[in-house]
Amino acid sequence: MTVPGSWYLVLSALLFSLGALGFFTRRNILIMFMSLELMLNAVNLTFVTFSRMLGDIGGQTLVFFVLVVAAAEVVVGLGIIMAIFRRRSSATADDLSIFRG
Amino acid sequence: MIDLLATQITLPDLITFLVAGIAVVLGALGVVLMRNPVHSALSMIMTLFAVAVLFIEQDAQFLAAVQVIVYAGAIVVLFLFVIMLLGVDKKEYLGKDKLRGQRPLAFISVLIIFVEILTLARGNWATGAKATVMSTTSPISNVEQLARAIFTTYLLPFEATSVLLIVAVVGAVVLVRRVDEKPGSAEQPKELETESEMK
Repeated sequence: MTVPGSWYLVLSALLFSLGALGFFTRRNILIMFMSLELMLNAVNLTFVTFSRMLGDIGGQTLVFFVLVVAAAEVVVGLGIIMAIFRRRSSATADDLSIFRG
Repeated sequence: MIDLLATQITLPDLITFLVAGIAVVLGALGVVLMRNPVHSALSMIMTLFAVAVLFIEQDAQFLAAVQVIVYAGAIVVLFLFVIMLLGVDKKEYLGKDKLRGQRPLAFISVLIIFVEILTLARGNWATGAKATVMSTTSPISNVEQLARAIFTTYLLPFEATSVLLIVAVVGAVVLVRRVDEKPGSAEQPKELETESEMK
């Protein structure tokens, strides 16, 4: 028998926490974006684990859609970062305060 | 070890889980802690690959393949392209936070998130009815099961994702397009002038 699902869930909780930590503490906007991907992966791992624990293919289907949305999100997000960088020539998130009223 | 024997975990499964789990955590730590963004992207490949191993371990072979191809292949390469285009600026601003006490607060809140997930579960990880249709324990292969689910039950969301992908492609093209009417004035886009005037 394979490892119980709770171990996977603890691992994905840890991965999510590390992603959140990176997102909150890093200043480089690209690394913040990578941390976001880590959090998405943690959720994907959770879905696959639930899919196995409940014997339902629905979880894996959801991961499929999450992958598509993540790909689209990365394309648009990196496009936005390129557009910002062309204007400000800086990849630090704290410098981006032009929207402040 | 007594606990392991009671739950009947076979040794190869245990070793696979431990190695992949350690790789996941080390890769994530690498993303968070590395100074150079290129090293962060390479650490992310390690995490994504280890997650793919965990997918295979849980009988999700198709998703493992897609994870390696789409994430470790396409997305990380896209990240590396952007890092190279922007230039690797190793000096990250490490001075005072604009939001006061952001980092200690981040540590505390992340710790709270982690502890909260573990506390809320309290041994009751998956509640809800076991599936009767489309069971993962049926003899047909994982790819066929996934295909049946996507092309019958989830057909409308599947079509919606194609629209989403087109929107993303158009959005990316519009975002990175240069805004200049005349080809000669490529160095000075209009928005830049107005922004410097505002300053």
